[in-house]
Amino acid sequence: MRTGASWAAAFVAALAITWSAALQAQDTTHTIDQGVRVGITYTAGVRPSIVVLPARGIDSALAILSRDLDNSDRFEVINLAQGDAAGPKLPSAAWNSGPNPTPINYSLYRTLGADYGVEVVPDQSGAVVRLHDLKAGAVRREQKMTLPTPDTPDFRMSVHRMADEVVRWATGTPGIAATRVAYVANKRVYRVDGDGADLVAVTPSTDEALSPAWSPDGQRLAYTQFVGGHGAIVVVSLGSGARTTVPTTNRDLNITPSFAPDGKTLAFARSNEDGTDIYSADVLAGCCVQRLTVGRFADNLSPTYSPDGRRIAFVSTRAGLPQIYVMAADGTDQELLAPFDYGVTGSSNAPEWSPDGASVIFHREVSRSPQLFVLDIASHRVRQLTSAGRNEDATWAPDGRHLAFVSDRSGRKQLWIIDTETGRIRQLTFAGGVRLPAWSRRLAGTAAGSTQ
Amino acid sequence: MAMSSRALSLLFAVSVIAACGGKAAPEQPAPSGTTNSDAATRARQDSIDAANRARAEADARDRADRDRMAREAADRGAHDRGSVLEQLATMIHFDYDKADVQEADNQVLDLKAGILSANPAVRLRVSGHADERGSDEYNLAIGNRRAAAAKRYLVNKGVDAARIEVISYGEERPLDPGHDEAAYTKNRRAEFEVIAGGDNLVAPR
Repeated sequence: MRTGASWAAAFVAALAITWSAALQAQDTTHTIDQGVRVGITYTAGVRPSIVVLPARGIDSALAILSRDLDNSDRFEVINLAQGDAAGPKLPSAAWNSGPNPTPINYSLYRTLGADYGVEVVPDQSGAVVRLHDLKAGAVRREQKMTLPTPDTPDFRMSVHRMADEVVRWATGTPGIAATRVAYVANKRVYRVDGDGADLVAVTPSTDEALSPAWSPDGQRLAYTQFVGGHGAIVVVSLGSGARTTVPTTNRDLNITPSFAPDGKTLAFARSNEDGTDIYSADVLAGCCVQRLTVGRFADNLSPTYSPDGRRIAFVSTRAGLPQIYVMAADGTDQELLAPFDYGVTGSSNAPEWSPDGASVIFHREVSRSPQLFVLDIASHRVRQLTSAGRNEDATWAPDGRHLAFVSDRSGRKQLWIIDTETGRIRQLTFAGGVRLPAWSRRLAGTAAGSTQ
Repeated sequence: MAMSSRALSLLFAVSVIAACGGKAAPEQPAPSGTTNSDAATRARQDSIDAANRARAEADARDRADRDRMAREAADRGAHDRGSVLEQLATMIHFDYDKADVQEADNQVLDLKAGILSANPAVRLRVSGHADERGSDEYNLAIGNRRAAAAKRYLVNKGVDAARIEVISYGEERPLDPGHDEAAYTKNRRAEFEVIAGGDNLVAPR
């Protein structure tokens, strides 16, 4: 047991950590996108605080878990210091280890100011995960989950799924850790975990690829295979590596693929001397190509399905500059979706319908610089999300509140993630020249996309 | 026939003028509350005006350069296969976010049309390109539109449409890797490549 004095010191340290985290978060909100309102204001102390309880032998899993909880932007995460590092430390009595763990000392954890504690107790076949309500002094939820050893391919995804469950237990909505972001760099499609780790190339270095799009189950990616000014739409199965070409896309330039929620219909745009128009095809049966737009003197591209699969938002130049329109999934009932002032509003591109169906994100040029805008479907009102640097090609996380997007705010084009509720921003990639991101839905418990 | 082609070039001229008119217009709204005489606002507006002036001057310079290059190409005449090929391959350029053939490039395309009619075996591939600023994916569409506009011009001059193939590279193949207005101006272009019948070229009579 420690003395009262050292406890007081630890408590002060804990306060300092929480405080500095809050300051940092506020700083981020204000300096990166000054003057732009994003939903509710991020006020320190409003979110519940959470601490991952230490456990021996699974440090790497707990580190991933803690970071995932932080990335969910739904908690203040209290990080306990390891070893001699600075930060709040717990007395050994609070440690929970061995086959017969001592009960959680709730009063000790309460001194950290934490609302929730996450306890992971590994066993032979996985781990038992417990969410403690520290204020109430009781277990809120507990569940046996898979936890492979860190050297197995599914290790990180398993921890991510664990984190998403913990978020669901605490908030009612699952987290977004068990997801991947596909993007283009150096002419190849890569995919990376939602926390920026586990980077894997999806397309061969011999191909030039553009515009990756996830199937709803996260098992396949569609993309444009660009060859000599032409482009085919290829669908790759991430498990087997098998590639198929979407029918009729072996001629002309076929771009901007997008899966329908049914996982078998794929919409895409085809450019040839008649202009650019949107088509759909059945990629499972390899048939049934349908033309959805007839542009004549306008381009139509970048289709994105509503989550019920009944409508498609897309880009059209029918009024001159590209703007955001909507149509029924069969191509009928085409109309303007995002209002604009003719001759004043800049080009608008790259729409993506939110997973909850309530909004469409897109980018629009403001003084020749693209910025993210979000359109509220019900009110048809448009709100600007970013203003610093060039910000473009946003893609929704499955929670419908986080977005990954391309920004040059740090110099070269990188992927960043913004929480539209708090305005908190983090950088996802650090190698230059990254573009055209696509965020997967939550990846199920199979080894989806975990093959090399 | 002659009537309709004149009407067409008139139409092109009008659209180019319209485009230029749009460009010359101030891009920023005038400061609204001049009475509050906010020095910072004025300074900011001044710098915007200066930037607009600089851009307009750069655009004018580029246009003059292109005019001169086109005139020089025309003056050199089409006396040997080399210069015929060169004239076939001369690029044309486009305004930002525009896919209309510019008046300055009519002469370049007219020369190509003449060469194509004197050499019926020649087939051309036109590739459209964009600068890096617009949306990556939209740039593929606008590149395609630029190539298609060049093709349409030539077809309107009597060239068989089947002899011209249209492709787009969007912003994927910049001519100038720079990130400034000068680079962008060069990169917004259509390139012309002879893909068949390029041997034994003759100059138009």
